[in-house]
Amino acid sequence: MVDYINIALKGIFVENMIFAYFLGMCSYLAVSKTVKTATGLGAAVIFVLGVTVPLNWLLENYVLMEGALSWLGPEFETVDLGFLSFIMYIAVVAAFTQLVEMLVEKFMPALYGALGIFLPLIAVNCSILGGALFMQERQYSTVGEATVFAFSSGIGWFIAIIAIAAIREKIKYSHVPAPLKGLGITFIITGLMGIAFMSFSGISL
Amino acid sequence: MSEKEKEPLFSKKNKKLITDPLSENNPVTVQVLGICSTLAITVSIEQAVVMSLSVLVVVALGNVVVSALRNLIPDRIRIIVQLVAAASLVIIVNEVLKAFMPDMAEKLSVFVGLIITNCILMGRYEAFAMANKPWPSFLDGIGNSLGYGWILIVVSFFRELFGAGKLAGFEIFGNSIDKTGLYAYGYMNNNFIILAPFALFCVAIVIWIQRSVNKNLIEH
Repeated sequence: MVDYINIALKGIFVENMIFAYFLGMCSYLAVSKTVKTATGLGAAVIFVLGVTVPLNWLLENYVLMEGALSWLGPEFETVDLGFLSFIMYIAVVAAFTQLVEMLVEKFMPALYGALGIFLPLIAVNCSILGGALFMQERQYSTVGEATVFAFSSGIGWFIAIIAIAAIREKIKYSHVPAPLKGLGITFIITGLMGIAFMSFSGISL
Repeated sequence: MSEKEKEPLFSKKNKKLITDPLSENNPVTVQVLGICSTLAITVSIEQAVVMSLSVLVVVALGNVVVSALRNLIPDRIRIIVQLVAAASLVIIVNEVLKAFMPDMAEKLSVFVGLIITNCILMGRYEAFAMANKPWPSFLDGIGNSLGYGWILIVVSFFRELFGAGKLAGFEIFGNSIDKTGLYAYGYMNNNFIILAPFALFCVAIVIWIQRSVNKNLIEH
């Protein structure tokens, strides 16, 4: 249990997707103009990360890794499909987002209206594929750990985008130098927030 | 074959495809695409150059592939098709890097894989290659990755020079441990510059300068 809490705290604060790794910056910058849309996108990211990372974990451990195919029989023990991991991961992510989009559209039209265009956008959000790749690199030992990691990274991303959206709503009323307006000042604020989040990096879990 | 008027390979329109993304329509500072890698791998010039070249290969060739297939791709699943095209190219690049530059592949770690979701790719595939012929798409890919590349190289130039006192591995200011060169006079590397937030400030400064020069780009 303590392991899970550690992974969760690490994912949310210490190794925050945005402030420590800068993953998912494109949608983070593009969709953070108002808190409302940011909430929608953030929720969608938590959901998609939370499902695709465990799926990819299963794929990695039972299909792609060296020796992962041994459940098929002893002759498969040396098969290493690791080089296929990128294409498999992204196929899972893209297929899943498309599937979720169709399902949500059919069964939960209200939610679809709220998330709408963000769902397909998520397929190209680096934080989703990044989550899968970090999962592969850090070699979580159980599917439970991978799931906790996925959800906590998603929550970290959610916190980050809500925070920047709230700041951007307020900064509209400030006198920012004209060439820095919009994108420029958002970069600088993100940098400052990144420095603030670095204070977590001293915590060893 | 109908007698369609043949466009010269480097017509004015095609040249614009390359020059536009360098400044006015820069993928990083104007279109806001491909930020993740701009921030993460600009610690040294070498990494920036390798990354830009990898992106160049993937965007240019991917653009050609997507544009050649554009009439065959069903609209509903086009994102998957584009991603598969990108992923196949990225796998090739990754294997080449691992084989010939293992150190570099190690340093870039997940960011080679993340070229797949580098938004420049999807942005260009979706916005340009799906609607244009292969040759202009190829040029568009080259132009955009050059636009991306120069930002990367500028940012990494400052980060490596002031953060580590080096340029492409050469010690410009002398050796910081032996206290030679500038270090003998008390100069110190600024370790903060190596950290990721400085990359954000650096890009912000590039944006600031660019938008001060070209007032059309200012947001309101």
